[in-house]
Amino acid sequence: MWNAIPLDWIWGLVGGLIIGTGGAVYLLANGRIMGASGIIGGLVDGSGRGSAAERLAFLAGVVLLPILLKPLYRPFETHASTNVAVLVLAGLLVGIGTRLANGCTSGHGVCGISRLSLRGIVATVFYILAGGVTVALLRHALEVI
Amino acid sequence: MQRLAFAFLAGGLFGAGLFVSGMTDTAKVQGWLDVFGDWDPTLAFVMGGAILPMALAWALTRGRAPLVGGSFPTRSEPRLGRNLVLGSTLFGAGWGLAGLCPGPSVASLSYGGWPHWLFFAAMLAGMFAAPRVRARLDKALPAG
Repeated sequence: MWNAIPLDWIWGLVGGLIIGTGGAVYLLANGRIMGASGIIGGLVDGSGRGSAAERLAFLAGVVLLPILLKPLYRPFETHASTNVAVLVLAGLLVGIGTRLANGCTSGHGVCGISRLSLRGIVATVFYILAGGVTVALLRHALEVI
Repeated sequence: MQRLAFAFLAGGLFGAGLFVSGMTDTAKVQGWLDVFGDWDPTLAFVMGGAILPMALAWALTRGRAPLVGGSFPTRSEPRLGRNLVLGSTLFGAGWGLAGLCPGPSVASLSYGGWPHWLFFAAMLAGMFAAPRVRARLDKALPAG
């Protein structure tokens, strides 16, 4: 019974603590909220031009650490869809939606909920509901994902 | 320079945590959203784990200033406008569709292969278009 599933929960908790520590460093050292969509979006639409170097340094860390950790880690698949239409539509929805809402799982979820921000909690309720409905419809009703 | 070093450290921890937690595995994310299927609770552990140090950090901001100078972000007024609700709903739909959100999409670029790059490129296009979408929405439905 002590199979791979509870171990995944432990890895999840450990990874979550590391993610939260990253957010704590970004907040306490730089005075910034660690929101991935805001950090990337500000570079894309030009609104974060004044802090571009800081944003790029953050993103460099996000890309680099998994490269360093990967050889030490059990191999895994990301199981991403290979359907071009699904990937493009999903990417557009995530890009437009997170910028419209001013945050995603890290900004509204991790950083917002931890300070009991009403906006963060409401955003999280809506994106989880929408995600749940999408998976239910596309996986169980239409069986396309 | 110090600001950049801390940003790199924070990003590194974020990327390492996303990698270790399994949140770049789209099947685990969709498995968490899939309450009618074989539900996978891992994401709840990740969220809970991440919120603990963050809550401590928010408590530590009281009466202090950021290490490299400046000031902490002020609490935004609790405006629950149309953009927050509509944006989060669109985001959630895309999140469910592909099992990726902005953080993990970046963390997985080095090992996820072309589907992750395609998703990432489409996400950037969406972010680029977002200000225009917002302006058009404001014109059509001036609701804030």
